[in-house]
Amino acid sequence: MALRHGDTLIFPTPPVIAAGAAVGGKKEGEGPLAGCFDELCRDNRLGQPTWEAAERALLVRTARLCLQKDPSGGPVDLALAGDLQAQCTASGYAMRELGLPFAGVFGACSTMAEAIGLAAALCAGGMADGVLAMASGHFCAAERQFRTPLCYGAFRTPTAQWTATAAGCCLLRPARQGAAGKAQVRAVTFGRVQDYGVRDITNMGAAMAPAAAATLLRYLADTGAGAADFDCVYTGDLGRVGSALLAGLLEREGLAGLRHADCGCLLYGNDKRVGSGASGPGCCASVLAGQILPQLAAGRMQRVLFIATGALMSQTTFLQKESIPAVAHLVELTGPGRDAS
Amino acid sequence: MEYLLAFLTGGLICAAGQLLIDLTNLTPARILTGYVVAGVALSAAGLYGPLADFAGCGATVPLLGFGHLLAQGVRQAGAEQGLLGCLTGGLRAGAAGIAASLVCGVVCAFLSRSRDQN
Amino acid sequence: MHLSSEEYARLVRQAGPPSPLGKDCLWAFCVGGGICAAGQALRQAFLAAGADGETAGALTSCTLIALSALATAFGWYQKLAARAGAGTLVPITGFANAVVSAAIEFFPEGRVAGTGAKMFTIAGPVIVYGTLASAVYGLALWLAGLI
Repeated sequence: MALRHGDTLIFPTPPVIAAGAAVGGKKEGEGPLAGCFDELCRDNRLGQPTWEAAERALLVRTARLCLQKDPSGGPVDLALAGDLQAQCTASGYAMRELGLPFAGVFGACSTMAEAIGLAAALCAGGMADGVLAMASGHFCAAERQFRTPLCYGAFRTPTAQWTATAAGCCLLRPARQGAAGKAQVRAVTFGRVQDYGVRDITNMGAAMAPAAAATLLRYLADTGAGAADFDCVYTGDLGRVGSALLAGLLEREGLAGLRHADCGCLLYGNDKRVGSGASGPGCCASVLAGQILPQLAAGRMQRVLFIATGALMSQTTFLQKESIPAVAHLVELTGPGRDAS
Repeated sequence: MEYLLAFLTGGLICAAGQLLIDLTNLTPARILTGYVVAGVALSAAGLYGPLADFAGCGATVPLLGFGHLLAQGVRQAGAEQGLLGCLTGGLRAGAAGIAASLVCGVVCAFLSRSRDQN
Repeated sequence: MHLSSEEYARLVRQAGPPSPLGKDCLWAFCVGGGICAAGQALRQAFLAAGADGETAGALTSCTLIALSALATAFGWYQKLAARAGAGTLVPITGFANAVVSAAIEFFPEGRVAGTGAKMFTIAGPVIVYGTLASAVYGLALWLAGLI
């Protein structure tokens, strides 16, 4: 079972991430993290007639790879999945092919942390012996749904972010099964929605940075941990603008000495064409599965925080001139060799 | 000389649009709409006609010129047909551009398909 | 966190990288000017072929629109526009790009509900408010007794 401290769930017998898989698209394969992906697609269509079907295929491929990498081959009781397409359709259609019990989750770009948090709670509570947590994004499907047609001559501002064509999938199991050599989920903080009045839809990093700061500060207050206790704090998709704002916000709160990295900055490196960095549910999901988990398993890092942020507006609320509410969910992960602190 | 005038005038009108993109949060659809309405207004005020005579396509190719075309159409058709011409003159003058865009759109939709930007 | 929306808005203004105004405007100026000069060349050619001024103007627009449609379908217009910004947006070719790109993009949603309806998402307001402005102008002329 879990202990509850404030908003934070702490797992005394932490569930493990038994397997993880990441699949990326063309641009992801040209970036600095290319080597972290299990598979890279050279053509973002994935042989499908529409971009929506391509994202679906990406998610199915990622889930199948993840299941193949699970050494135990044990049961999967539930899949928690989410994406950006209207009504989470990429996940729904992908699950039509996988035939597993399915609950859709939506947290925009925070979906992966939300799914892992829920999966860990179910595993720790003895309600499941295997839960898939996954999220996907596709540049073209997102662009045509939220912005403009792909052949339209749109001009990107330097604060805009680039939706990653990628998917990440993790299989969580309770501590007792196949725990050796696997990263562990120590704690989860589900965030509270923050809104500081940002209306600029081309500056999502600015809308989401306060949510990341709020969830991180709440977790530190709930657990008594300090900034120096972590090898790295990963945020999901703040980009360069959002990362700078997060640093400023934490400085105001007197929090120093944080080793911070942002998945949106890592994925494409210094590619100027993408503006502030990568975004989309698939961005931090694939960086987690392809980069962070292997490093924990290999012992190169001992204890990290994974904070995925999501902007919770829609095209309709944007047109109605509402500001952008944002949420951030936090997952504490440790390497296999570490005892509960 | 007329090429240089067209280049300079058209370039300046576009650079002004770029300032709107960089310095404001206006979406492209708003900028286009604003340019056409502004073209009608400038033409109504009698300012755009002389510019079009001076700069040729530098004034008529940007969407300000499309607004000017609509206003010209209203003046012409209004003189011929009165109130009915005032209503129809704008679209009648702009019909070539609109129809060409729509026809090209449908033809291209059949012959081409969406392209990845990655 | 003790932070008001106003304080945060100030932080956001400081953090946002400024758009490279000079570079953006130079691109827009050169590309937009180039499209206008190309239009001028077409116009001269039509005039030389014997068209009157009004017909030459309409033919120039139609030719630019057709070229823009072609460039849109091959994905070239988007690539140019990523740098040229308003240089490709403001000329009549930008209007054609808005129509054609939406027509292509939403073809999978059907010829009627997709291509037919969605091709007006960006260009529609231009036609609507252009027509409205011209009708208001016409009414004003009529009421003033000028026509």
